[in-house]
Amino acid sequence: MMKSRLFSLIWKEFLAVLRDRRIRVALFLPPVAQLLLYAFAATLDVKSISIGILNRDHGERGFELIERFRGASSLFTRVTPLESLEALEKFIDNQEGSAALFIDEPFSRQIDRGESPSVQLILDGRKSNTTQIIAGYIQRLIDQFNSDLSAHAVIEHNPPTLLLLRNWYNPNLTYYWFTIPSLVGTLSMLTCLIITSQSIARERELGTFDQLLVSPLRPIEILVGKTVPGIVIGTFQGFFMMTVGVLLFHVPFTGSLFLFFSSLVLFVLSISGVGLFISSLSRTQQQAMLGTFVFMMPSVLLSGFATPIENMPHWLQFFTCCIPLKYMLIISKGLFLKTMPFSLVLQNMWPIAIIAAFNLAGAHLFFKRGLS
Amino acid sequence: MGIDSPKRYNEVARRLWALIIKESLQIIRDPSSILISVVLPLILLFLYGFGVSLDIKHLRIGVVMEETSPEACHLVDALIASPYLDVTVVQDRREIMHEITKGGVRGFVVIPSYFSQWGWQRGRDRIPLQLIADGSEPNTAHFVESYVGATVAHWEREERDQRALPAMREGKALSPPPVKVTLDPRYWYNEELESQFFLLSGSLAIVMTLIGTLLTALVVAREWERGTMEMMLSTPVGVFELILGKLLPYFVLGMGSMGLCTAICLLGFHLPFRGSFLMLTTLSTVFLFCALSFGLLISILSKNQVIAYQISVVVGFLPAYILSGFLFEISSMPLIIQWFTLLFPAKYFVQSLQALFLVGTVWPLLLSNILSMMIIGTFLFTLSVFKMSKRLD
Repeated sequence: MMKSRLFSLIWKEFLAVLRDRRIRVALFLPPVAQLLLYAFAATLDVKSISIGILNRDHGERGFELIERFRGASSLFTRVTPLESLEALEKFIDNQEGSAALFIDEPFSRQIDRGESPSVQLILDGRKSNTTQIIAGYIQRLIDQFNSDLSAHAVIEHNPPTLLLLRNWYNPNLTYYWFTIPSLVGTLSMLTCLIITSQSIARERELGTFDQLLVSPLRPIEILVGKTVPGIVIGTFQGFFMMTVGVLLFHVPFTGSLFLFFSSLVLFVLSISGVGLFISSLSRTQQQAMLGTFVFMMPSVLLSGFATPIENMPHWLQFFTCCIPLKYMLIISKGLFLKTMPFSLVLQNMWPIAIIAAFNLAGAHLFFKRGLS
Repeated sequence: MGIDSPKRYNEVARRLWALIIKESLQIIRDPSSILISVVLPLILLFLYGFGVSLDIKHLRIGVVMEETSPEACHLVDALIASPYLDVTVVQDRREIMHEITKGGVRGFVVIPSYFSQWGWQRGRDRIPLQLIADGSEPNTAHFVESYVGATVAHWEREERDQRALPAMREGKALSPPPVKVTLDPRYWYNEELESQFFLLSGSLAIVMTLIGTLLTALVVAREWERGTMEMMLSTPVGVFELILGKLLPYFVLGMGSMGLCTAICLLGFHLPFRGSFLMLTTLSTVFLFCALSFGLLISILSKNQVIAYQISVVVGFLPAYILSGFLFEISSMPLIIQWFTLLFPAKYFVQSLQALFLVGTVWPLLLSNILSMMIIGTFLFTLSVFKMSKRLD
């Protein structure tokens, strides 16, 4: 009897979410839009650099150096010759490019005389992350230029060590290999949160909540009925994203599928607790939505998705421990790229479990108190 | 809505004023408006000021010492001495492999067991030093390479100088060093390379998008949902007055919030401000015009709060975050998306804000940005007036 009651409530909740075509669209459009936007647009990689070059040196060596920039046209897609210092300043100020090379007059003469000249590189500090990476690329180009210059010089002056760089787990540092595993967690969280936080708030706004309360359903049953759709749809969405990432974007999935599934369910469970909590606090759908937003923003920004956690100040790093998304991102990236073993997944799962238990118990308590 | 006499004009003004008062009262009484316009910006600024940072101050790396010779120790000391690196030293590669899977270190250097035997004699090959970076954090991996590379190069120079010393004492002259071009990088406008500077100034655009688009869309969608908008339209109030009456209070709210955020950025986070405040006000006005019109249009098209929320997140908030060049470099995006970014006013606003805060009043850049935003804003505004008038029939 109780089973069928609960089942019909869950069924009703599913229908409430999925019946309206526009709400269906509104639920599935944002995740898909985010997936596309993040996968294609959100990159901290630096490609197609526009660089300006002010060449006061009209000797052979200067042209040789510039030719190297033109030669690397896959990276330096636009090389703009600049006429004067004012033009250089304008070039940077108006963001026509984020770097400008200044080769001063005695460049060729100095090299031919056996002296070591320096070239100045002006970088736009408005994009210090990008320009630091650009400076690295240009340094490599200059290193190559130098080693060609001193090809005949004595070997004793070569640096004695050779740094051999390997990027594990993501050899070409493809940015969406990082983004898509992170999106699996972020987007299932978004969906689950919206569905759960809306469920009670909507009924309250429409006045049907009281009808539900006078029905023979017990509070705990109502609570379960309200959380199940969010959990199921959220988990489904996480899995869908994972499939798209693997099949469409060819992000490798190296870990255990079972571990992935169980941590995803646990994670969504902890989020549904937050959703219920927001739901029971808000009187209207609008407040519930804003509550969702207020929870989402810090979660995403502090989870390590936007920028690494280790860059944050220590006191804030400590605070990130209560963000379930943080652990989910570690697990997801670990299982996608790093073949994370069971012990490490478990290490990140138990904090989620604690948060889930805390959230759900809290929501239950709050819900009961709201009834009386 | 012909305005043909002063009396008629007065009537319009009176009605508009009444609408504005009504709307303002609603803002003040609704906790969610205060939440979006005051609390949310504060939370966001706090997060962008402290939490979001691309500057790596303490890069955790590991060193695998397969040999403990004095040479190897010198290199390890040099790595430990670097203020940018947090070094964990281990003897066995397996220990560090666990750490890198866990995310405890972002990379490691392997000093091979033949490091000292390789010798520094003339003519020998270079000693291979393996550097492994954790590619699952691509941006950090770039920094592993450049920070460790720079530290090792520095150590090499010192080591060589020390080795050259006894030879010089014996009077052996070294051959002249080879010609070498040095690169002298200068970071204009942000010498200390604080990513906070451009992130915070850019985040103002996000705050404004939230107030302008999200709040307006939600509030007006609620009126459509409850039918109070249709009721207003059946009164003698004209469509134009109605829109103006709705938008003006939110405009004031948005500008107030902008002022608050700017003050926090300047006083709390010590952001430099090198442009003119007049220009900042002009830019914010134009951007807010776009954002408000956008919010209005969304509400007219959706008429439902949940949908209005989702649409404003997808076409307002997300583009302001991802496609504005605030965090992610536009020129690195695929060409189609680069074209796409031109449609969103946030791109122009972020660019202008970063210029105003860090560079100064760069006229050509700012003027072209204002013009672009004006075009987008006028288009959106006209479209919403048109859509709303059509509802009347």
